[in-house]
Amino acid sequence: MTLSNQVLSEVEYNVVGKRPVRPDGVDKVTGRAQYGADVKLTGLLHAKVLRSPHPHARIRSIDTGKAEALPGVKAVITAKDLPFAALSREELGGDYNRLKFASDHMLASDKVLYKGHPVAAVAAVNAHVAESALALIEVDYEPLEAVVDVRAAMRDDAPLLHAELRTSSMGEIGDKPSNVAAHLSYEKGDVEQGFGEADVVVERELTTASVHQGYIEPHNSTAFWNTDGQLNLWTSTQGAFAVRAAVADVLRLPVSRIKVTPMEIGGGFGGKITAYLDAIAATLSQKAGAPVKQLMTRAEVFEASGPAPGSWMKVKVGAKNDGRLTAVQLEVAMDAGAYPGSPVMQAMTCAFACYDVENGKVDGYDVVVNKPKTAAYRAPGSPQAAFGVETVMDELCQQLGLDPIDFRLLNAAKEGTRRIEGPVARRIGFVECLEAARDHDHYRTPPEGENSGRGVAAGYWMNRGFQSSCVITVNFDGTVSLIMGSVDIGGTRASIAQQAAETLGIAYEDVKPMVVDTDSIGFTFITGGSRTSFATGLAAIEAAESVKAQMVSRAAKIWDAAEDDVEYADGAVRHKSDPELRLGFKDLARQLATTGGTVAGQSNVDPAGEGNSYAVHLADVQVDPDTGKTEVTRYTAIQDAGKAVHPSYVEGQIQGGAVQGIGWALNEEYYFDNSGRMMNPTFLDYRMPTSLDLPMIDTVIVEVANSGHPYGVRGVGEVPIVPPMAAIANGIHEATGLRLRSLPMTPGKILEEQWERNGG
Amino acid sequence: MAKVYIPTMLQTLTGGVKQIECQGRNVRQIIDGLEAQYPGIKARLVEDGEIRSNLAVAIDGDVARMGMLERVGETSEVHFVPAIGGG
Repeated sequence: MTLSNQVLSEVEYNVVGKRPVRPDGVDKVTGRAQYGADVKLTGLLHAKVLRSPHPHARIRSIDTGKAEALPGVKAVITAKDLPFAALSREELGGDYNRLKFASDHMLASDKVLYKGHPVAAVAAVNAHVAESALALIEVDYEPLEAVVDVRAAMRDDAPLLHAELRTSSMGEIGDKPSNVAAHLSYEKGDVEQGFGEADVVVERELTTASVHQGYIEPHNSTAFWNTDGQLNLWTSTQGAFAVRAAVADVLRLPVSRIKVTPMEIGGGFGGKITAYLDAIAATLSQKAGAPVKQLMTRAEVFEASGPAPGSWMKVKVGAKNDGRLTAVQLEVAMDAGAYPGSPVMQAMTCAFACYDVENGKVDGYDVVVNKPKTAAYRAPGSPQAAFGVETVMDELCQQLGLDPIDFRLLNAAKEGTRRIEGPVARRIGFVECLEAARDHDHYRTPPEGENSGRGVAAGYWMNRGFQSSCVITVNFDGTVSLIMGSVDIGGTRASIAQQAAETLGIAYEDVKPMVVDTDSIGFTFITGGSRTSFATGLAAIEAAESVKAQMVSRAAKIWDAAEDDVEYADGAVRHKSDPELRLGFKDLARQLATTGGTVAGQSNVDPAGEGNSYAVHLADVQVDPDTGKTEVTRYTAIQDAGKAVHPSYVEGQIQGGAVQGIGWALNEEYYFDNSGRMMNPTFLDYRMPTSLDLPMIDTVIVEVANSGHPYGVRGVGEVPIVPPMAAIANGIHEATGLRLRSLPMTPGKILEEQWERNGG
Repeated sequence: MAKVYIPTMLQTLTGGVKQIECQGRNVRQIIDGLEAQYPGIKARLVEDGEIRSNLAVAIDGDVARMGMLERVGETSEVHFVPAIGGG
């Protein structure tokens, strides 16, 4: 912990809340940890994918003959090799479109919908031969007009991506094809009346660009079929069971015939939930009769795996002169990429969740465009919405002459606040976060330097529960094995082991956590949604409680006592009335072998009670008036973690989220040419911030216990990416007087705004 | 009886009614009750016997994990909210 990081704790525990070394840390920093690229099998073939050079085109034909004849090539596949090609519309009924989209996303059949869309794949003795073979595949395309802008795609005369896609408006299906896949609307109170009561109304339109999650490890997958028809996959994923389900769906296999082993993962941030390569590697492996490994290049990661969506928003807010909000409204359209499924619903849900307002309306549109299908990215949908809402709220504060934190405290969501989509908030820590921000040294010290300013913004993420399984077995040396299906991205081996250790009353070092394959543990949902320390932690706690009950039973057996007379406390079993009878956990573990064998606790959970997360960020920026370059000079992120199980990893999540948000604010964007081709698919041209670009991100962990968890845990991983874009935009305004309403806020955009304001 | 909040987009089917009281011990019975009062509403909420994939049901603020089988209390609040995941 550094002095710039604070933890405002309410409750102390023995293990939870401490900062032990992570179990996988040494292997990861010494190169021993096994990632997908490290998988080596006898007779391993290497695969490459031929991808579309066009953002939108019809496939007239594909000729793979020359590629198949190349020495060293063992298999070539196209969409015709996927099961969908042999299935009829009659057989699939209402599932036709869904499966066509899933199958075509793996390998395009009749149309390519983005530059980088897979059209064929080759397995060969090495990657060089595979790549040479790609050049021999002849694809005859009929290029079509592309559309990459979400608003342009919504127009009646826009080029259509899918001839059969019609707008679904909560079950009502549109009468003509459209790129708008879905429209959803929620309203609370009466917004017209609310705006009528306002003394000040601010209404603005804003846009955000597509950005990538930027994980350091590219996608990879290795597939191999046993002779009995069992498919084995080794892959980099946030959810082994999600990969199993996706591959089973596209390859029409029962899930029991697929075993997925999640390798160590080099970052995901939501982008490693989709299974891009696994079905291709599996199909190639089946055709070649050998194991097949496939790795994406960095350019493939950018061009063919999901970015976060670009968006357009119209935000309207109204308030009385005293700052009390009277009405809020958001219209938001998000691009889903080539197939439906943008996080626009999340944007609608999160947009005004920081505010207690009587009248509100949100409308969201899910729109397909000629870009790679979007994927989740850390609090998907919420950062875009917060950029819109929090910058407009800042403008409202400015017009009313109110301090931005006082304004938010006046209107803050709290326990009992009814959100626009309906449900009522439970105990949440937004007010506590605002108070911590107001009282922080950062907020009490003016920003330093010329042309500098400070921005404040808030953010919300609902967090999630979903299903998790855990098994805890007691070893005869008194340690326990903690077996789980949650992939460890941000230190969850440690955070879940801590909860198991706390519950058992044993040392953290005596818990050996391991992440296993889909055949070795019960169904476990993805590591995502800020759910893992909460939900898998709950599973570990329940499994530990089962172990405790069995240890009590075993001690009673040894002492020939009634179980009711024995209790478990402080990592030991003891007789309630005979102080002579006491066995520490390790002492009892040593006797298990001769008194009936090992003890194992198991738990499957699907919990409710996930606590919502709130964050408040303070950003100081300095803007060079000559170049338009924005430098972040000081940054503090305040967040309610419920209970920080491992504060260092919570701080890491907060800092990482803030840094990704700063990149999104200032630099990062998918840049498309006029025909819709991404022009910057490298880390040189897609500029993410580095440690040299940024100050230390100071953190404050606020702990307002979540009543849905025994230790008060809330998810922490996602909300820190929500406020940065708005915080920096508001800081730029204070520094320059300019309101930037389009992300990223590049030097060019700032100069253009400056020139426009100054009359050229 | 449970208090059911009608989503804005379905209020055309309820003649503008935003909230109704409905008898039912689980989500399926609640939706059947809604359908009895407002024919056509079930088809907007349910597809192939399950809640539509882009929707979820929240009972007293908790998203129903068991879908149509989720228990609804005597005085529960029922909301049909966007189905959402995370990253």
